[in-house]
Amino acid sequence: MLSHLPILQVIVPLLAAPACLLLDRARAAWLFACMASLVSVVISGLLVFQVHQFGVLSYSLGGWDAPWGIEYRIDLLSAYVLLIVSGIGALMILAANTAIRIEIPPERQPLFYVLYLLCLAGLLGIVATGDIFNVFVFLEISSLATYALIAQGQDRRALWAAYQYLIVGTIGATFILIGIGFLYSLTGTLNMQDLSNRLPQLENSATAFTAFAFLMVGVCLKLALFPLHLWLPNAYAYAPSIVTAFLAATATKVAVYLLIRFHFSVFGVGFAASVLPLHSIFLALGLAGVFVASLVAIQQPNVKRLFAYSSVAQIGYMIIGIGIGSATGLQATLLHLFNHALMKGALFLALAAVVFRFGSADIRHFAGLGQRMPWTMAVIVIGGLSLIGVPGTVGFISKWYLVLAAFERDWWPLIIAVLLGSLLAVIYIWRLVEVAYFWKGEDEVCREAPLSLLIPTAILALANIYFGIDTRLPVYLSDSAAQMLFGVSP
Amino acid sequence: MTAILALQLTLIVPLCGALLIALCGRWPNLREAVTLSTAGLLFYLVIQVFGAVERGGDEAAALYVELWQILPGLHIALHSEPLSILFALVASGLWIVTSVYSIGYMRANQEKRQTQFYVCFAVAIFGAMGVAFAANLLTLFLFYEILTLSTYPLVAHKGDDKARAGARTYLGILLATSIGLFLPAMMWTYFVAGTLDFRPGGILDGNIGGIGATILLLMFMFGIGKAALIPVHRWLPAAMVAPTPVSALLHAVAVVKAGVFTIAKVVIYIFGLDFLVDVPHEVVAVYIAGFTIVVASILALRQTNIKRMLAYSTVSQLSYIVLAVLVLTPLSEIGAIVHIVAHAVAKITLFFAAGAIYIASKKTEINQLDGIGFRMPITMGAFAIAALSMIGVPPTGGFVSKWYMIAGAFQIDSYFVLIVLTLSTGLNAAYFLPIIFRAYFRKESVAPPKPHGEAPLPMVGAICVTALLTLLVFFLNGPLVAFEMAVLGVPR
Repeated sequence: MLSHLPILQVIVPLLAAPACLLLDRARAAWLFACMASLVSVVISGLLVFQVHQFGVLSYSLGGWDAPWGIEYRIDLLSAYVLLIVSGIGALMILAANTAIRIEIPPERQPLFYVLYLLCLAGLLGIVATGDIFNVFVFLEISSLATYALIAQGQDRRALWAAYQYLIVGTIGATFILIGIGFLYSLTGTLNMQDLSNRLPQLENSATAFTAFAFLMVGVCLKLALFPLHLWLPNAYAYAPSIVTAFLAATATKVAVYLLIRFHFSVFGVGFAASVLPLHSIFLALGLAGVFVASLVAIQQPNVKRLFAYSSVAQIGYMIIGIGIGSATGLQATLLHLFNHALMKGALFLALAAVVFRFGSADIRHFAGLGQRMPWTMAVIVIGGLSLIGVPGTVGFISKWYLVLAAFERDWWPLIIAVLLGSLLAVIYIWRLVEVAYFWKGEDEVCREAPLSLLIPTAILALANIYFGIDTRLPVYLSDSAAQMLFGVSP
Repeated sequence: MTAILALQLTLIVPLCGALLIALCGRWPNLREAVTLSTAGLLFYLVIQVFGAVERGGDEAAALYVELWQILPGLHIALHSEPLSILFALVASGLWIVTSVYSIGYMRANQEKRQTQFYVCFAVAIFGAMGVAFAANLLTLFLFYEILTLSTYPLVAHKGDDKARAGARTYLGILLATSIGLFLPAMMWTYFVAGTLDFRPGGILDGNIGGIGATILLLMFMFGIGKAALIPVHRWLPAAMVAPTPVSALLHAVAVVKAGVFTIAKVVIYIFGLDFLVDVPHEVVAVYIAGFTIVVASILALRQTNIKRMLAYSTVSQLSYIVLAVLVLTPLSEIGAIVHIVAHAVAKITLFFAAGAIYIASKKTEINQLDGIGFRMPITMGAFAIAALSMIGVPPTGGFVSKWYMIAGAFQIDSYFVLIVLTLSTGLNAAYFLPIIFRAYFRKESVAPPKPHGEAPLPMVGAICVTALLTLLVFFLNGPLVAFEMAVLGVPR
């Protein structure tokens, strides 16, 4: 049983999805989806433990060995990302039952759980597999589910946002497919391990570079790197709140994982540097993303949109970490993967509570919210402090490593830029705090969100503080993963 | 009890106290009993730690406890040395007095949400203890922010528009300065020095040179917004919307002293006096502090509200401490440290008196005070003693600190400092003496609607205690100075 964990990680949610469809009752489907997600958290926890104990796990699908069959390969990096995705996925589904009550009509609710589990399965599959064509398959599963999930939003613009994402996402996926095609024609294999062995001998091949470029652009579309981020704010703003929370905390993280996987494991660290100034491009685009997206975020009237832009900015930090091009920089990116999932999960879930009470996350609803929904606002404040990077929260840890990485290179302008970026975050968080605590609310009757929504939110908020103080788990995992990526392919 | 255990308990006790107060919210008498016994216990614990530091030797050197490691090189750790024990003694000792006073004040004024008030107060003291005993800059920063966040509900206590506006300025300036300047300065320090520990002689010597050190110093000075240098001082007058016990303990003692205490710690244990002397243009910092002293005094002169005048006076007096720290001579450092105590006891007396006047007569403006000395002789007598200490007249604590400051300025022949001290003494006299004059030498212009005497007994008692302490600092300055000499590395 334990040796089948890598495939169980993916297959449990994948099979649970059609089962939810058969149940056809919202509450039953919810309970079933909860169970499936909890099982996948347990599996990912066990996987982390196994990888830590025994090293890389390789699993041949159907007993067919690697070059012929599909290999599932779990190393520390994938175990780490699996843990993030399944953990967030489970917390979100716990809150989903309440959160979708007003946003999705009852007859469509079972369908929501089906899509949710499919999306989760797709994201987990991307991370677990060791085969690049399999990556594409799971990418499509998760993307298609995502488009449908976004379209569930109550605002009619959700359809348009989903359509916009569909077009951009399909272009991205096509780019990735083209890249995979080139790689297959060049090397004759789809297995990542084989590819990484064969590619170094083909270093000067134009086909390899073309493939690399297609893959990078395709993945950057999916992870919403500035200036390819335009789909993201609409998708996040109009999707049902729980979907936004789930996507913000997982989907972009998986895309970043994919970027790291292609860049470091498949092609190797030295590959890009030999022909493209990729790291400089990453640095420039990451910085531009931080500043442009933060400045746009400051002016948003809709808080969901505000945090969507803030997500684009935070992705900028992750890309900067990769662009620094050292193990510490990569570690900063990996840490921020984990930390950003916690903070944005908490923030968007708190917004889900606001939407639950008011029907939208417009900033005017926040007037006086500090008195009316004290716990929800407390979570937003904690998440905001974390986003800024105040010590005692997870945000500080990732910023610390990012600045440390820049310091190791003696890049003072980068350090100053990162700190200035935090100040921009101060501005947009302060705007929220000011409205919530210092403005008088309209005389609407409004109570705190229900406990079923508040508890998962509070768990995430406490995790923001807990992992900001007890950093051993994420720091150990990200450190080992970064060392491994730089050690395997120097 | 071992001193190391007492050191850890100084953090645990106020936190547990806050929890208990919250649980006892329904029974006011029990709740107040919890507050008082927590304060008493805390003071006892601080005395225990003080004893160990006083005895010196191995026991004092071993007063270091690492609570948690956040990242390699980044610890949450506590220690104790003469400077921190002094701040802890002042904050915890005056907490007892203030608790007595606030019971009188809050009940006489029939304030709402008293449980929340006492809980936040205890959490704020927890923050102050953490600031006092922090063994490194990161720990200090964490507790510094806890202090900011826990005092925000106290400032906004009244809940009306004015309180909200004041709380907004309060939170906005304190958070923005600490996140925008203090935090980057701290990170910068770590990256060049490789540690954030407070060490005798500083950690920056040889690690940062030239103009960089000057910029870092200024980042610390303005980043530590609680020290209220102009132009980041505006939060302090804004915080006066809080109930008077809050203004008294937090905005005359715990919060503002946490600010100057942090600056003193940074100058003495991060930069190191010997290193800072060589930093180019470090004298700019002295000018900023001197400017703040004079300008804040002038602003105080123009205030008509008693509490706002006291707030500007605090801004000015805090800069005395910053200025004295930055003069960088041994005598001026002693002056700064003594002034932390002298100003604390005197200013808390002044606020207590202002609160007592408000409770007894509902008067808040200076021009209403004609003849009040006859109705409230004890309160106004204490006010006069404290005002004399502000000016620096013997036999009060303010004289001792000013004496050392002037002596320190003479050590480096800094005429700027001497002029500032003289000028501000004149200004202090100009805004305090008229109040005493009004109170005792003018007739009441209109008789109050209801004849009144002194405020409730707990308040009067608290005022007497702090006024007495103001005098005691003068008479007992010898042991205090001798004890604090250790900060400068002078063996006792």
